Amino acid sequence: MTDTNTGGDVRLTGISKTYGSFTAVHPLDLTVPQGSFFALLGASGCGKTTTLRMIAGLEEPTTGTVFLGDKDVTDLPPYKRPVNTVFQSYALFPHLDIYENIAFGLRRRGVKSVKKQVGDMLDLVQLGDKAKHKPHQLSGGQQQRVAVARALINHPQVLLLDEPLGALDLKLRRQMQLELKRIQTEVGITFVHVTHDQEEAMTMADQVAVMNGGRVEQLGAPADLYENPRTTFVANFLGTSNLIEAEVVETGGTDLVVTAGGGKLSLPADRCSAAVRTGGKVLVGVRPEKISLAHADDAGKIAEGRNRVTGRIVDSSFIGVSTQYVVNSPAGAELQVYEQNIERDTRLAPGAEVVLHWNPAHTFGLDATQDIDAGVETVEDAS
Amino acid sequence: MRWIRRNLVVIAGLLTLAYMIVPNIVVMVFSFNKPNGRFNYAWQRFSLDAWKDPCGVADLCGSLTLSLQIAAWATLGATVLGTMIAFALVRYRFRARGAINSLIFLPMAMPEVVMAASLLTLFLNMGAELGFWTVLIAHIMFCLSFVVTAVKARVMSMDPRLEEAARDLYAGPAQTFVRVTLPIAAPGIAAGALLAFALSFDDFIITNFNAGSTVTFPMFVWGSAQRGTPVQINVIGTAMFVIAVLVVVAGQIVTSRRKKAATS
Repeated sequence: MTDTNTGGDVRLTGISKTYGSFTAVHPLDLTVPQGSFFALLGASGCGKTTTLRMIAGLEEPTTGTVFLGDKDVTDLPPYKRPVNTVFQSYALFPHLDIYENIAFGLRRRGVKSVKKQVGDMLDLVQLGDKAKHKPHQLSGGQQQRVAVARALINHPQVLLLDEPLGALDLKLRRQMQLELKRIQTEVGITFVHVTHDQEEAMTMADQVAVMNGGRVEQLGAPADLYENPRTTFVANFLGTSNLIEAEVVETGGTDLVVTAGGGKLSLPADRCSAAVRTGGKVLVGVRPEKISLAHADDAGKIAEGRNRVTGRIVDSSFIGVSTQYVVNSPAGAELQVYEQNIERDTRLAPGAEVVLHWNPAHTFGLDATQDIDAGVETVEDAS
Repeated sequence: MRWIRRNLVVIAGLLTLAYMIVPNIVVMVFSFNKPNGRFNYAWQRFSLDAWKDPCGVADLCGSLTLSLQIAAWATLGATVLGTMIAFALVRYRFRARGAINSLIFLPMAMPEVVMAASLLTLFLNMGAELGFWTVLIAHIMFCLSFVVTAVKARVMSMDPRLEEAARDLYAGPAQTFVRVTLPIAAPGIAAGALLAFALSFDDFIITNFNAGSTVTFPMFVWGSAQRGTPVQINVIGTAMFVIAVLVVVAGQIVTSRRKKAATS
């Protein structure tokens, strides 16, 4: 693409939106770096779509400013912003064929010869043979690609995607995720992607902002968010976390020592986002796949220096690549453990006494005053 | 027996169709009649006289022209106003919206005679001169409800995101309306307009009350039926029927052509 717009970042400063007494978006500051694939992730009603619509100009912010590069676009109507949107359910014009749908933006800006550009776009999304079709004659995945092409042909500084894959089935969604990522790399335009699917956000985005209740809970690269969640909402919403309530017994060193259910656990002090003091409470977190499971009879074989929790398996489900166990322990109920199916220990069945053990470096600490279940099961489709 | 059972739906359909079409066929057949005397009620013999001279009866073609004029203006007025009302009712939240929403059905629900009589009272009290304008005002009034209903159904099923998409794609408010809103609402508007034309063209009761000395085509037919029915009335009726059928058939051919072009 020969986009000469230097563009720049999308900067939202103090932007908020209230409808009557309901606050959809609390004042937030957000910077989307130019050329990045940025995801706004959250459950429905968290304010992510409203934020996106304020960037598009379809929603007027109650307070705050929207900058594109150095330009304040807050008061510009949508048709004067160098920003285009891929709508949820695509919003293709039903009375126009695919060719005219894609050419729409160019024609409105008075571009005379649209043929070559539309042709290029049809090639980019691999729909060259469908130019004369009407939108309803295309499959969901094809319509989705037309929606992307219709927006991209205008070389926007920023492409906004509002749950663009929500209506597709799982397999097609995976395929389109890769496709969108490919297109983004190819055209180099900033993408802001709104989704409630945490896997989708992590697969596609360079940067993810996790939103909850109209606020940004945490912002960072996917791996960073996953490994170092700073709130229980992020810990539970992005994947699954085991959160154990513990009492701090030792601070000061590079490691924090806590007790939970009568056992001692340690975690790196710099991975604890909460302010701690001896005798205080903290939530200790560990991801299910980081935990190894040993039968109680083999407890002696576990290496020194690992965190241990004893418990009893209450449920196990075999899902192919791994087996997922649910373990009740004095430290916490219903701890999740994902064991890869390399060598399966047949003794690990419901009812068995087991020891959960993991590398203390994989442990993180969270402020214990939060709701421990925040963000659990709020994803509409738990895929 | 099995044949009947298998084709029962088709037979029932054809019988219903016949029930609707037979009166039209009678009108058509009798347009070729050469009656003895003034009443065209009994078949005598085939003749093309009436078809050769459709305006042969005094005042017939004048009343037809007048009816067509009134129908055209009423359609235009009711369609423009009705479309605007429909958009306002669906798109905007304003005071008295609920009241307007239900009151708009009143002309459809109210017995026509009552409406005709009250309109006449109103016109007389206002000192209006009965004639073309009072008839036109009355027709626009009762056509409005039908247009509003037809357009509203269409606008309600329209995805507001389509207009947002247009605005997002550099179309200003006027462009958005002309390029996206109007074409998508067009079938509803067209249905409303057709309905308005048909209703206005053959309205008798309201027109008869408010026309003064002006005579529309339905009034002419009614009036002449007292003194005898010229064959020309059947000729006009048949012509209208044939034109309507041709319009429908042409519409269907165009749509199916378009569909074929799109799929091939």
